Amino acid sequence: MRKRLLISVIALGILGILGFGALAWRPAIAPIAPPAPGAFARDLVTKGAALAAGGFCAECHTAKGGAEFAGGYAMATPFGVLYSTNITPDPETGIGSWSERAFARAMHEGVARDGSLLFPAFPYDHFSRLSDEDVQALYAYFMTRAPVRAAAHENGLPFPLNVRYLQAGWRLLFFRPGRFKADAAKSAEWNRGAYLAEGLSHCGACHTPRNLLGAEKTGDSYAGAVVDDWVAPPLTAADPAPAPWTERELDAYLRNGVSDLHGSAAGPMAPVVQGLAGLPASDVRAIALYFADFDHAAERASSTGAAVARAMSYAPLGTGQQTDPDARLYMAACASCHYNAGAPLAVRPDLALNTALNLPDPSNFIEVVLHGIDAGDGIPGVVMPSFGHALSDADIARIATYLRRTRTTLPSWPDLDKRIATLRAKSQASEP
Amino acid sequence: MTTLRINGRAVTIEVEDDTPLLWVIRDVVGLTGTKFGCGIGMCGACTVHVGGRPTRSCITSVSSVGNAEVTTIEGLDPHGQHPLQRAWINLQVPQCGYCQSGQIMQAAALLKDFPAPSDQDIDGVMTGNLCRCMTYVRIRKAIKQAAAALREREHG
Repeated sequence: MRKRLLISVIALGILGILGFGALAWRPAIAPIAPPAPGAFARDLVTKGAALAAGGFCAECHTAKGGAEFAGGYAMATPFGVLYSTNITPDPETGIGSWSERAFARAMHEGVARDGSLLFPAFPYDHFSRLSDEDVQALYAYFMTRAPVRAAAHENGLPFPLNVRYLQAGWRLLFFRPGRFKADAAKSAEWNRGAYLAEGLSHCGACHTPRNLLGAEKTGDSYAGAVVDDWVAPPLTAADPAPAPWTERELDAYLRNGVSDLHGSAAGPMAPVVQGLAGLPASDVRAIALYFADFDHAAERASSTGAAVARAMSYAPLGTGQQTDPDARLYMAACASCHYNAGAPLAVRPDLALNTALNLPDPSNFIEVVLHGIDAGDGIPGVVMPSFGHALSDADIARIATYLRRTRTTLPSWPDLDKRIATLRAKSQASEP
Repeated sequence: MTTLRINGRAVTIEVEDDTPLLWVIRDVVGLTGTKFGCGIGMCGACTVHVGGRPTRSCITSVSSVGNAEVTTIEGLDPHGQHPLQRAWINLQVPQCGYCQSGQIMQAAALLKDFPAPSDQDIDGVMTGNLCRCMTYVRIRKAIKQAAAALREREHG
C-alpha cells in the first residue's frame, strides 16, 4: 500500500515536471544571415529610431563608457546583478542572426531566439503591448546599427534563480501577454498616451512597486517605488508635491526636463526626458494627458495657487541678517540659485515646491546635493554643481532638516545621517 | 579629450573628467579673471555662467558641463562694458577686487531673473558671494544702477 502511494507521488511529480517543462519549452527559431542594412526602408528605420529613443533601449543596453546597444550594463536587482545583452546586429554575440519573427517573439513574449526564457528585467511585460508595426520598425532600426562584437557578461544570479527554465513559473503567475487594447470611451490622444506609457516607455517599470518575486503589483499601479537608490515618486494623487501635476506641468517636465512648479528631472529620470525627446511632441503631450487623467490632476488644479503662494511666502527667509547657522549655511550654499520671489522660475527650482523635498524618503534630495545635475540632464545646458566634496554629511543633514522645517509642513526626515552616509559610500564605491 | 565652449569659442582640453571647471578656465585656457576662493562653493569668487546660469566653477566638474556654453567675466561683454561693469567703475565698488568677477557674474544672472530687484532679492541671490572688504553697500547700489541702465536700454 505504502509502496503504491510512493509510486503515485513520484509519478505525479514526474508528470508535474514534464508538464512544467512543456509550459517552459519554447522552440528555437532558425538563425538567419544578418540582413543587409539596405534591406530596410529608410522611413521604417527612422520610425524605429524614434521608438528606440522613447523606449530608452540604449539606457539599459549600453554599459557605462561602452558602445551603444552592445549591452553589459549592470542592473542591481534584489535577486542579484543582471547584465543587459548586446542588441547590435553582430551575428554571434548580438541579434544579427535573429529573424524578424524571433525579434518580435522576444518583444512580445520575452523569449530569446534560441528558445530560452528572458528575465523580466527586460520589460517584455510592457513591450507585449506594442503593435506589430512598431516592433517591425524597431527591428529595422536595430538591424541597421553597426554590429559590435561583445559577448554577454555572466549574470550574478544565485542558483536556482539563474535557471531560465524556472521563469515559466513567474510567467504563469505574472505575465499577461497581449497587444494594447484601446479604450473606446477615451479620446485618441488619451489612448496614444496610454499605449506609450504602458507599452513602449514602460513607465510602470520604475513607478510601480514590485512584489517579492519582482513583478509589478497590478493593484498598485504607479504608486511609486525605489529604483537604484532613487525614489520614483507616485504618479497618483498620493504624490506629495505641493502643486498637482497637471497636463501642462507634466508636458513641460517631460519635454524640457523641468517644471517650474516641481523641479528638474535628475537621476534615472534624466534619460527618460532625453529619450522622449526622440518622439514627436504630440506623443509626449499624450503621455502627459494620460497621467494627468490617471491621477485626476484637473480636480486639484485649483490648489496650485495656494501652493505657489505658500512657497513664495518663504522668500524673506533666505535674506537679511540671520543668526540661525543652518539658515546661513543654506544661504551661502543654495539660495543664490534657489531663491525665488513673486513667482517661481523654472531656472530657479523652488525648493518649497520641489518634489524631492516633499517626499517621505530623503534619497532624491541627498543624491542631488551629493552629485548635482549635469548640463545634459534636467534643465538643458544648466549645471547644478556636485556638493559631495564641499559639504560634509552633517552639513547636508543640516540643510535638509532646515529646509523641511522651514519650507514644508512635514516632519523632519528620520535617520538622515545614516542615509547620507550610505548613499555617499555607495557612490564612492561605484567611482572608477 | 573634451571640447569646452568658453566665451563663444571651442577649446579642446585633455584633463580628467572630475577636474573642476575653474582649474580648466584658469590653468588650461588661461582666463584668470575668475578667482579661486574657498574651493567648496561657499564664497562665490569662482562664479561663471554655464548655460547662462551662475555656477560655482570650483565644485563643477568639467565632465558635468559637457558642451554647454560657459561664460566668464572676460566674455560677459565683448568690450567690458556690461552695465554692471560700468556701474562698478562709476561707483568705485571694489576695494581689493578679488571677489568682483564672481559678484558681477552672479549679479548679471540676478538681473535676468529680477529686472527690478528689491533689497530682499539682492540679499537672497547675492548672499552666497562674500566680500571680505565689506563693500556690500556699494555692490547693492551698483546692481540697482545697472538694473536701471538695463531697463532703460530695453524700454528707452
